[in-house]
Amino acid sequence: MRLRSRIWSWVTTTDHKRIGILYGVSAFAFFLVGGLEALIMRLQLASSDNSVVSAETFNELFTMHGTTMVFLAVMPLSAAFFNFVVPLQIGARDVAFPRLNAFSYWVFLLGGLFMNVSFLVGAAPNTGWFGYANLTSSQFSPGLHVDFWAIGLQVLGIASIAAGINFIVTIVNLRAPGMRLMRMPVFTWMTLVTQFIVVTAFPVITAALVFLMFDRTFGTNFYVVAAGGDVLLWQHLFWLFGHPEVYILILPAMGIVSEVIPTFSRKPLFGYAVVVYSGLLIAILGWGVWAHHMFQVGLGPIADSVFAATTMLIAIPTGVKIFNWIATMWGGKLNFTTAMLFSVGFIAMFIIGGLSGVMHSSPPADLQQTDTYFVVAHFHYVLVGGSVLGLFSGIYYWWPKVFGRLLSESIGKWHFWLTMIGANLTFFPMHFVGLLGMPRRVYTYDVALGLDTLNLVVTIGAFAMALGTLVFVGNVCWTWRKGEAATANPWDAAMLEWAIPSPPPVYNFSVIPTVKSRLPLWSEDGYEPKPLPEDPPGPIHLPDGSYWPPVTAVGIIVAATGLLTGSLWVALAGIGMLVVGIYAWALEPFEV
Amino acid sequence: MTHAEATHRTSTGLDSRKIGMWTFIGSECLLFGSLISTYLVYHGKSVAGPTTREILNIPLTSISTFVLLMSSLAMVLALAAVTRGDTLWTRVWLATTAALGSVFLGFQVYEFTAFVHEGLTLQVNLFGSTFFVLTGTHGAHVAVGVLWLLSLLVRSFQGKLGPEKALNVELAGLYWHFVDVVWIVIFTVVYLLQ
Ligand SMILES: [Cu+2]
Repeated sequence: MRLRSRIWSWVTTTDHKRIGILYGVSAFAFFLVGGLEALIMRLQLASSDNSVVSAETFNELFTMHGTTMVFLAVMPLSAAFFNFVVPLQIGARDVAFPRLNAFSYWVFLLGGLFMNVSFLVGAAPNTGWFGYANLTSSQFSPGLHVDFWAIGLQVLGIASIAAGINFIVTIVNLRAPGMRLMRMPVFTWMTLVTQFIVVTAFPVITAALVFLMFDRTFGTNFYVVAAGGDVLLWQHLFWLFGHPEVYILILPAMGIVSEVIPTFSRKPLFGYAVVVYSGLLIAILGWGVWAHHMFQVGLGPIADSVFAATTMLIAIPTGVKIFNWIATMWGGKLNFTTAMLFSVGFIAMFIIGGLSGVMHSSPPADLQQTDTYFVVAHFHYVLVGGSVLGLFSGIYYWWPKVFGRLLSESIGKWHFWLTMIGANLTFFPMHFVGLLGMPRRVYTYDVALGLDTLNLVVTIGAFAMALGTLVFVGNVCWTWRKGEAATANPWDAAMLEWAIPSPPPVYNFSVIPTVKSRLPLWSEDGYEPKPLPEDPPGPIHLPDGSYWPPVTAVGIIVAATGLLTGSLWVALAGIGMLVVGIYAWALEPFEV
Repeated sequence: MTHAEATHRTSTGLDSRKIGMWTFIGSECLLFGSLISTYLVYHGKSVAGPTTREILNIPLTSISTFVLLMSSLAMVLALAAVTRGDTLWTRVWLATTAALGSVFLGFQVYEFTAFVHEGLTLQVNLFGSTFFVLTGTHGAHVAVGVLWLLSLLVRSFQGKLGPEKALNVELAGLYWHFVDVVWIVIFTVVYLLQ
């Protein structure tokens, strides 16, 4: 009984801290699934003419690996930090719309499960995470593969946009007194920028996916060449979303690094304003570069030149950030904790990934590199070396705040070095494999290519990374039982989240603080002189949980299942549940 | 039950729900932007079947456009009424807005049926695909708006829509005016600038 009520309290929770933990656990589970898919692919490619999996299975593996890592692992892992950390950093008691927050989580979780159920029914998506038209048409992709993918992405889009609106409002409107915009921690800033990209980029792929679903379900002509349709419409819409999506994946990690490096260099972030404005500039420029994914389709010299130039331009604000982090470390009292190691690793890896990115911003170079492993090497340096290392840095940094225990530093160093060496062993040789002519997304290669050794090295690297991840899981288990208890501010950091106990009480701040500087816990006059009282002076009203957000989310997934199976009754049942959920949600008494 | 006073104080002084609605509207702009751009990209690219000149009935749609514009006026009056606590006129204007919205939807149903009879379907050509998906998405937004207005009307009859709840009407109004403005753009792009 007790267990049941505990589970119920997690299902109905609207507490941003609990939702953050739910996001983190679910995203990490999906991260393991996506990693497993990568390992199977690497086993298949460990030697030439291998036959671990069939070509059909390989197509499903690379499609679901990409889709899972982007939408089900890195984005929601970032969301875990937005949820847990941002309200604490701005001195708020919760997000602006706690129930909408729970709704976002449940829609994400159910959407992720929905997509992965496709494996169980033998119809996993198999057209790549970019799903190019007209490979996705019912003529060339019969069966449910593409439907699982398109409907699943639509569902995940709902979760992302809802969360995006929620966090924009939270950051704009719920800051503690004195927390001006230019006093906000950089992680909060990057969250705000990321959410602006989310709410503007996702509607574009929503439209593209609506066209695809209409083509497949009702026989419309959006991507039908015979009817005058243009398959490039998909590519334009997809990459109009897809390139900003890259920044949705990297900016949160940049925000984390901007918190970790000053803390462990014992210096304020060098050029705070410049780092913030670079983040904004990256978001704005990110809208003008999408066609660098399309050089090979032949857009013409003018379009190619424009998009090459904008792509090179975007390297400037990115480079500025890197110099700011290095300048922050310069002359600082450096303390190489695991969190710091991951952040420094982030900088090193991101520089390599950034450089190869600038290489294929040039169309002639891109034409040689596109569709080869060189490109795979590039974006894994920025996504694994960048986003994933940044997120692990954040995990080590904020773990004591979340759970009240410090992750083991000695196990953590094993985790870091295995990941770092493994990642370089995996992705560095891919540059050569690609330039020597090995195409992406092909399930095998000929022995005559002479790439057996390099590919074996790549596979060994992938398993080293997997081992590193297992070490991390071991670290979590060890910490759970024997981890050192954390004080309120174990790293002696500067931001508001460290002013309250670890883990924070359910109301976060006993008294809402008044902020007087950018580094509230570091500067003499930055924080109201009297420390926060242990107990709140008066009773604090906190909303109870609500089960309508999960009910509404289930309604959406039932409707999606109806759409998938073409069953009108299931779809109507789902919509009915959705409508009931929305009305009950609107009418239930819920004071925030 | 004491409310922590801090949770009711906001950084901008605006209610969070209002900023949330504006953000949502911003997001919707990108959705309609994508749909309208696609319509324009495919304009004149149809290889078969009827297209704009043969089929669009501008006088008829001008009337429905006028109806939708008038509904925005009614919406403004409904908000004014609820703010000054005038229950009767709140109900009158909410009902009028919903009714005018429904009339617009009726025109759209008639238009769609007539088009199908004249041979313009979703499948027949690119114009059909883009036209129906664009105007259909807009129509779905109007339908949601009508349901929202009717829900507010019911709340008013339950005595739960006093001046302290004026924000609820304001939020519906923001949405309604946005949907109206989108229609002005669609009407201009699809009907007037053939
Ligand atoms: Cu790009």
